[in-house]
Amino acid sequence: MGSLLILIGFPFMVFSQNVNLRFQNKVGDLPLIIDSVNYKNELNQDFTISKFKFYISNVSFKNTNGTTTVPSTSFLIDQEDSLSLSTNSISIPSGIYSSIEFILGVDSLHNVSGAQPGALDVVNAMFWTWNSGYIFMKLEGNSSFSNSPGHFFEYHIGGFKEPYNAIRKIKLTFDQPVEISKHKLTDILINVNVLEILQHPNSIDFSKNSSIVEPFQSNIVSDNYEDIFSIINIK
Amino acid sequence: MNKRILIVFLIITSSLGMLSLDQFEDIFKITKKDVKLIYPTYFPKPSYSFSSNKLSPDKFVLGRKLFYDEILSKDNTVSCATCHERIAAFAHIDHKLSHGIYAKIGTRNVPPIQNLIWRTSFMWDGGVNHIEIQPLSPIENPIEMDEKMSNVLLKLKNDPIYVSLFKKAYKDSEITSERVFKSLTQFMGLMISSNSRYDKFIQQKDTLSKMEMNGLTLYRAKCASCHTEPLFTNNGFANNGLKVDPSLNDEGRYNITKNEKDKYAFTIPSLRNIEMTYPYMHDGRFKKIMDVLNFYSEGQNHNATVDQRVTSIGKLSVQEKKELNTFLLTLTDKTFLYDRRFIDPDYVFSR
Repeated sequence: MGSLLILIGFPFMVFSQNVNLRFQNKVGDLPLIIDSVNYKNELNQDFTISKFKFYISNVSFKNTNGTTTVPSTSFLIDQEDSLSLSTNSISIPSGIYSSIEFILGVDSLHNVSGAQPGALDVVNAMFWTWNSGYIFMKLEGNSSFSNSPGHFFEYHIGGFKEPYNAIRKIKLTFDQPVEISKHKLTDILINVNVLEILQHPNSIDFSKNSSIVEPFQSNIVSDNYEDIFSIINIK
Repeated sequence: MNKRILIVFLIITSSLGMLSLDQFEDIFKITKKDVKLIYPTYFPKPSYSFSSNKLSPDKFVLGRKLFYDEILSKDNTVSCATCHERIAAFAHIDHKLSHGIYAKIGTRNVPPIQNLIWRTSFMWDGGVNHIEIQPLSPIENPIEMDEKMSNVLLKLKNDPIYVSLFKKAYKDSEITSERVFKSLTQFMGLMISSNSRYDKFIQQKDTLSKMEMNGLTLYRAKCASCHTEPLFTNNGFANNGLKVDPSLNDEGRYNITKNEKDKYAFTIPSLRNIEMTYPYMHDGRFKKIMDVLNFYSEGQNHNATVDQRVTSIGKLSVQEKKELNTFLLTLTDKTFLYDRRFIDPDYVFSR
């Protein structure tokens, strides 16, 4: 918000933070609304969503001269915290860019680095305490097909050690090269399709998989979530 | 020392004019000298060096207070020190399995806290990968302290004493989990045991008896491949051939890695201060050092994943066991066990 005011007041100043990633979470074509909308998975099983949060880290942009990386940054995107849906703090040099890359999750180094502030603070409840490591994504909700108490389902996906490595590299190529300038805030709106977490290649059946909460169980979901992101527009 | 005896001692000595209350508190004062990282030259380089957590007396004192404070648990009844007693090298003396909040009994024996900065993983299954976040595990475990870290922070923020201690330690009064963990790490990371009779022998400041020397020779042949000098652990894991207790059915390291080879493997503990850390093994099944030696000599259960270093120990004679036992007692480090830096004066005076 601060940057927006500055944008209006001083259109020609240099922005230290000139890129904002905004995430729009959807379930197929429907907007993601916590605890209210009834969605259907590809098996035609109904479900609602009570929690959806995930990490993206190590954002980089590819330009004509190579790659620019935003060093060691993780963002926690949480559907229930509207401020978190915008990263608001990325700074890259002016240039013509063709794609954005990041990882879904937290890189292995930051999984073994002890107490950390900000997005990686353990108070965010995205950390396994008995088997150290970040939970990269939490998706929780209810489905009448779930056999768990209260027809609850919960997917806590993570793990950074082979063979249970849930870190996924994401690359989103722009339709056409985009000029990103130090004099202007570039806003990249990214669609996140929750439905893709539940399908391709593994069809998640709520009656069989209502609780996936440890790294060694994660692959069935992490193999799905590589393709949940797409760019809506860049302004 | 028993707290009541300590207070009686204090009253007597101060009434005789030997020691004033202020002087007594001075004993517990932590200076810059007290938080210097010192260890013998024959110790390896620690895996945690405090490089991103610069040691300071104020941070150490904050960590000390947190360690002894029940505020870390949900109903304010359990502190780290409840199970980690100083006199037992911060193990839980004479407790087979730990008991935590609501008198719930855990599934494992409380390990000592010593020389942690040389460890590469923590807990009996090595599930925790960093010294700084180790305390999170007991704090949030439903049968240990059953508290949420976010709630710990709320309680600390509402306590004016902590607000001022954080301000003193970190120059502003912001209370974060990172600061809580780093302060605790300063306190626990400086719990270094390196002044046992064994150490004095290595430094050529003391001699060992013939019996102890025989024990050391035997130790080096039979035990040292896992319990490696000078830390008396190689930081690894092993299935040491214990019969599986079906009431616990603890698969140890396997729970973390899900690798079949790790079934029933547990962290190889350091044997420093072994005299004080009884009972022994991950489930505290052996009361005496001699029970442990008898087990390795003639009680091993050879299931699929048992470690070859254990099976190759072979039978020990009565004399050999006595020699090993005698040597192991040279690992008791009274300098560490009675170190005044690890006593919390507030904790002593408040009861």
